[in-house]
Amino acid sequence: MKAPERYYDFQKDISGCGVFGVIHKTRGLIPGDIPIRAMTCMHDRGNGLGGGFAAYGIYPDLADKYAFHLMCDTQAALDNAEEVIKHYFTVHLAEPIPTRKNLAIVDPPIVTRYFLTPKKDRPHEGRDLGEQDYVVSAVMHINHKVAGAFVFSSGKNMGAFKGVGFPEDIADFFRLEEYSAYIWTGHNRFPTNTPGWWGGAHPFTLLDWSIVHNGEISSYGINRRYLCEHGYLCTLMTDTEVVAYELDMLIRKHGLSKEMACKVFAPPFWDEIARMPKQEKEAYTALRMVYGQALLNGPFAILVADNTGLFGLNDRIKLRPLVVAEKDDMVFMSSEESSIREVQPELDRVWMPKAGEPVIVHLEA
Amino acid sequence: MLFQPINRNYHDFSIVRDKDACINCKVCIRQCAYEAHYWDESRQKVMHDNAKCVGCHRCEALCPTSALLIQKKQSDFKDNALWKPEFIKYIYKQADTGGVLLTGMGSPVGNIPVYWDKLLLDASQVTNPSIDPLREPMELKTFLGAKPVKLEFTKTKDGSPKLKTKLSPNIELNYPLMFSAMSFGSINFNLHVAMARAATELGICYNTGEGGLHKTLYQYGKNTIVQVASGRFGVHRDFLNAGAGIEIKVGQGAKPGIGGHLPGEKINEMVSVTRMVPLGSDAISPAPHHDIYSIEDLHQLIFALKEASEYRVPVSVKIAAVHNVAAIASGIVRAGADIVAIDGMRGGTGAAPGMIRDNVGIPIELALAQVDQRLRDEGIRNRASIVAAGGIRCSADVVKAIALGADAVYFATAALLAVGCTLCGKCYTGKCPWGIATNDAKLAKRQNPDVAAKKMVNLVHAWGHEIEEMLGGMGLNSIESLRGNRDKLRAVGLSDTEMDILGVKHAGR
Repeated sequence: MKAPERYYDFQKDISGCGVFGVIHKTRGLIPGDIPIRAMTCMHDRGNGLGGGFAAYGIYPDLADKYAFHLMCDTQAALDNAEEVIKHYFTVHLAEPIPTRKNLAIVDPPIVTRYFLTPKKDRPHEGRDLGEQDYVVSAVMHINHKVAGAFVFSSGKNMGAFKGVGFPEDIADFFRLEEYSAYIWTGHNRFPTNTPGWWGGAHPFTLLDWSIVHNGEISSYGINRRYLCEHGYLCTLMTDTEVVAYELDMLIRKHGLSKEMACKVFAPPFWDEIARMPKQEKEAYTALRMVYGQALLNGPFAILVADNTGLFGLNDRIKLRPLVVAEKDDMVFMSSEESSIREVQPELDRVWMPKAGEPVIVHLEA
Repeated sequence: MLFQPINRNYHDFSIVRDKDACINCKVCIRQCAYEAHYWDESRQKVMHDNAKCVGCHRCEALCPTSALLIQKKQSDFKDNALWKPEFIKYIYKQADTGGVLLTGMGSPVGNIPVYWDKLLLDASQVTNPSIDPLREPMELKTFLGAKPVKLEFTKTKDGSPKLKTKLSPNIELNYPLMFSAMSFGSINFNLHVAMARAATELGICYNTGEGGLHKTLYQYGKNTIVQVASGRFGVHRDFLNAGAGIEIKVGQGAKPGIGGHLPGEKINEMVSVTRMVPLGSDAISPAPHHDIYSIEDLHQLIFALKEASEYRVPVSVKIAAVHNVAAIASGIVRAGADIVAIDGMRGGTGAAPGMIRDNVGIPIELALAQVDQRLRDEGIRNRASIVAAGGIRCSADVVKAIALGADAVYFATAALLAVGCTLCGKCYTGKCPWGIATNDAKLAKRQNPDVAAKKMVNLVHAWGHEIEEMLGGMGLNSIESLRGNRDKLRAVGLSDTEMDILGVKHAGR
């Protein structure tokens, strides 16, 4: 894809944050109360300009449908977006996302959800695409071309809930205590230069992927150009978008494992590679040669969830906090141990993952 | 002196000799290759002829009593904004000789902007920590060559990854730096030895230039890029298989569109054997390769060289930065080149017509930015590395070039400065008093290969440290995160068009 005109005008968002994630390996349902309390404990890690949650397993009755969450500035924008949705998809259910008014949330957008399957008789422009590419292109179409409308969640049996406000206020607004999920992630944001835009909050999602991210990606400039070369347009002005698109490209399109994708984000140092046995040395040398532009350089702790599990990863010199804990079938990942202890005082094991070493938890089938 | 040509008066330098300090030791006479100093028998003292001085400062440097001072000649022409002194002098010279004005080294003209000086780098404050390269790892390792779009791995029993994709050959560099092409003949053997040893010690590469490779230097092959130019001097099967890469030189930044001419005076025994040309005969490189009249011909040459080297090494194509450089580079990559080297108009040379040097081509910064962007727009950036050359003066230039999109840079003038060159620009005379651009045994021995290698190694070490500091300041710990990362650059005082071409924002944005 050609770079957008004046692509150098895009500005990167700079922010610090708090992240929390929890997964029940055998798909036991975790009430929304858990992530909400954990995020509330880390209130000070944000400044009220962004909070959000992602939840997996929340739409069991419509688990085979793509669940689109839309935020629209006006009814007209929603109407336009709906027209695009109907162009691409069969709509099985459309409803407002249940919300509750609260004093902290000012001027919220109209939030709506759609449960969709791609049309049998697809429009001409999407006929040759694989199903997932088809869904992604529809999302991109709405996000780039329909003014005032934004799809902030598009996976199956999962959903993101986010906006401008502290996470506890966003949770209250979306009535998240009414949901239960087997994976939750939460995010509290401390942006320093962002416009107060609901779409800019975390989690950032694409299909089933959701990402919460504490960090500033100093390599953003080249990550974005690299993605642009591979057909991804980065327009959200947030570096988390880069993480999402890279995951999509590396795992879905290039077929790398989660482990190797993590090694692209935080590769071993050359002197470590030099000490590896021959076969691994070859593998990691090639990985760095080919995917150097996808390396996420700079401080970060990210939690990434999809319908198969949750993983956490630090940058390769661990410049942002990330702690992991286990209790029975549950694994917690958080910026602060206190937030985990807040919701689960007794833990079987607590540890700080080493720099660049991913912690990958798979849901049991 | 009624018939003295006007030229005699309008020379560039004056030699100032402190009479009290001068002890008539004649060192200056022995050091000056241009015979500016001489022994006056009748006066029984050392005298000099200002008109012969080229401003190399050799005598000044070696005078044991510091009695010499070389300065610009004070006498000025009447001010004229149009007729600047150099133009007046050109005319005097050409009226005398009827010839093309010959020059050496990179273009000194001041009216072409040096964009490096208009670009500023970023650093981290608060929101992300800067990294101290003395305490944390900082990686400069660079690979040049084609890369696949994606990789495939399999997992072995113990869970470790095994690479399934077969990679094309790449050149591994410990620094994103290489010594640019300077042929054996244009500079002498001592400096080729020095470059080969320095490159080996540093884990980088040097480029042989178009004059072949002396047999005794084959041992440094892992750190050598062998060059094939239009004259095909010294090109044979062993030569093509001697290095870590092969470069087809199509053009040179200092003289785009024209060939080269190594005068017979510089062709001594060793040069003659290495170049495979007769002793004392001129070695003339044609303006084009006479087997490349079109891009498909280049395609054939690239693959002829790959066949000859059994696909073991990457093939680079070096072009001068000219107006359509981005489209040309794209064609070169599609023709199968693994590396595209782009040489900007400020690049150095041993000899080039002044008119060409100062008027043909475009600055490397603009060319580099456009080539990188074009290859990305076409989705073929992974198929070739970009090497930028032509006027890299310091480590900040290197960092800026990499941020614009270069995988590595070539530098040559800086390497010569490291061993004592003073940019007097008279390389084409073959009389270099510093022993660099000369094959005169008496002058060439002024360069000791060990000392010269040490100086070059020091320079690269120094630049390496500085690059690490700048990287760390930006919060990066690996050079690939800087490569093409134009967010790290801001422009000062450039027009919208220039910023658009460079793909950078103005400072303050």
